[in-house]
Amino acid sequence: MTEQLQFRNLTLGYDRHPAVHHLDGAVRTGSLTAVIGPNGAGKSTLFKGVVGVIKPLAGRIERNGVRPQDIAYLPQVAEIDRTFPISVYDMVAMGLWRGKGLFGGIGARDRDSVEGAIAAVGLTGFEPRAIGTLSGGQMQRMLFARLLLQDARVIVLDEPFNAIDAKTCADLLELVRRWHSEQRTVLAAMHDLDVVKAHFPEALLLAREPVAWGATADVLTPENMLKARRMCEAFDEQAEACVVAEAV
Amino acid sequence: MLSQIFSEPFSDPSVRHSMAAVLALALSAGPVGVFLMLRRMSLVGDAMSHAILPGVALGFLAAGLNVFAMTMGGLVAGLVIALLAGAVSRATALQEDASLAVFLLVSLAFGVVIVTVNGIDVEQLMEFLFGEMAAKMNVDKLLVIAVNATISVIALALIYRPLALDCVDPGFLRSVSRAGGIAHLTFLALLVLNLINAFHALGTLLGIAIIIVPATIARFWTRDISAMIVLAMASALLSGWVGLLFAFHAGIPSGPAVTLVAGVLYVVSVLFGRVGGLVWRALPSRHLEA
Repeated sequence: MTEQLQFRNLTLGYDRHPAVHHLDGAVRTGSLTAVIGPNGAGKSTLFKGVVGVIKPLAGRIERNGVRPQDIAYLPQVAEIDRTFPISVYDMVAMGLWRGKGLFGGIGARDRDSVEGAIAAVGLTGFEPRAIGTLSGGQMQRMLFARLLLQDARVIVLDEPFNAIDAKTCADLLELVRRWHSEQRTVLAAMHDLDVVKAHFPEALLLAREPVAWGATADVLTPENMLKARRMCEAFDEQAEACVVAEAV
Repeated sequence: MLSQIFSEPFSDPSVRHSMAAVLALALSAGPVGVFLMLRRMSLVGDAMSHAILPGVALGFLAAGLNVFAMTMGGLVAGLVIALLAGAVSRATALQEDASLAVFLLVSLAFGVVIVTVNGIDVEQLMEFLFGEMAAKMNVDKLLVIAVNATISVIALALIYRPLALDCVDPGFLRSVSRAGGIAHLTFLALLVLNLINAFHALGTLLGIAIIIVPATIARFWTRDISAMIVLAMASALLSGWVGLLFAFHAGIPSGPAVTLVAGVLYVVSVLFGRVGGLVWRALPSRHLEA
């Protein structure tokens, strides 16, 4: 078994305050892992670190030959400006960025793959619509179409199933299962523990510091959940500088 | 008689310069205004338009009524203020709009001090603030405006993709490319360039109007960004052209004339625009099948 992502004493955060604290461990190539934990546990921060949007305050992330910009990333829907006048088609086509960059044109074959991705998430016919006219579920389907086009070895999903209905959730989970069967490495921040138990073989329980990491059944114990909630105490303005040894 | 209203101004070369300048200005300022609006920076643009005044004043003091010196002065002042405000908001907890407001006030005060101490005559001051009288422009200004507009249109085409994506989905852009930061800084530079153009054509107080107002007009007619940019260019051109005719015949400065025409187009759009116009909302219409 090879490791796709290796966290070594990783600390990530904002203004020197850690949101993810001393995380050690590895994500195996081809694994499907749910990252769970209370709000403020550091799930989004960890993902931003993985895709290279923020730099570690300490420690490091090894990506086993995959460049951060080659990791497909689904941001939280709240971070998207839905009033921006862009069509569903153009938004999905952004998934071709790795091959096209700043100036590359979109040819007939690319148009076919954009149409294919839109069809795969069940949004055919929505191409010319402005993104502001989509429902929450349709929005998430569109973002999954963009992920399909990115065709990445590693896929990071930040709260992909929040506030969407059961049918949409099931359809999108089917795509996640397909990625898993294609040996892609998938990490997803999750809140619905029933979905985690049913569909994710592995789980990482985070409460700024890692509480438990391994097979889902071993992680989701009542003791671990309680511990996670207790550890997620308030952001302390007067916190002392951390003195845990910077082991490498 | 009617044709004379349109043809008479063109017999004067300085008016022809003005008309050509407003054509260049419309083509470059239209798209910049659209992005300014979509990035919710319209007021930032307004603030920066006043902040270039001390730079222009310093250029004036150094070289007198030299268009190139005033352009360089305004360019340097605008870029310094844009970068300082950006750096302060990134390094501290202060939001960019708040730090810009501070820089604007300080630099405007600085500009007024320079101007007052060295005494500019009233006619010159009026031209600084409100643009050329009766739509007359010298050829040097036209040259500066044309060069700046050309640079602006080409540079905006180069950063178009990351700039749009940085507005709609910044997290995704940062995950695939580092171009977002460069695009933002380039955009600020282009804003300064267009503000200087607008200053030369319409004066420092109202120049920003030909950047901001056409974009808001376009928003009332389409939901598509490409169409929005074309419409912004077209309404900037119409406001500029009709406004200059107005300025010529009424013998008033070009800044207020152009801004008033743009204002009329804005009111028409608010009332009758296909996207969210008030009249369409008020009319009873049956809802659709699906």
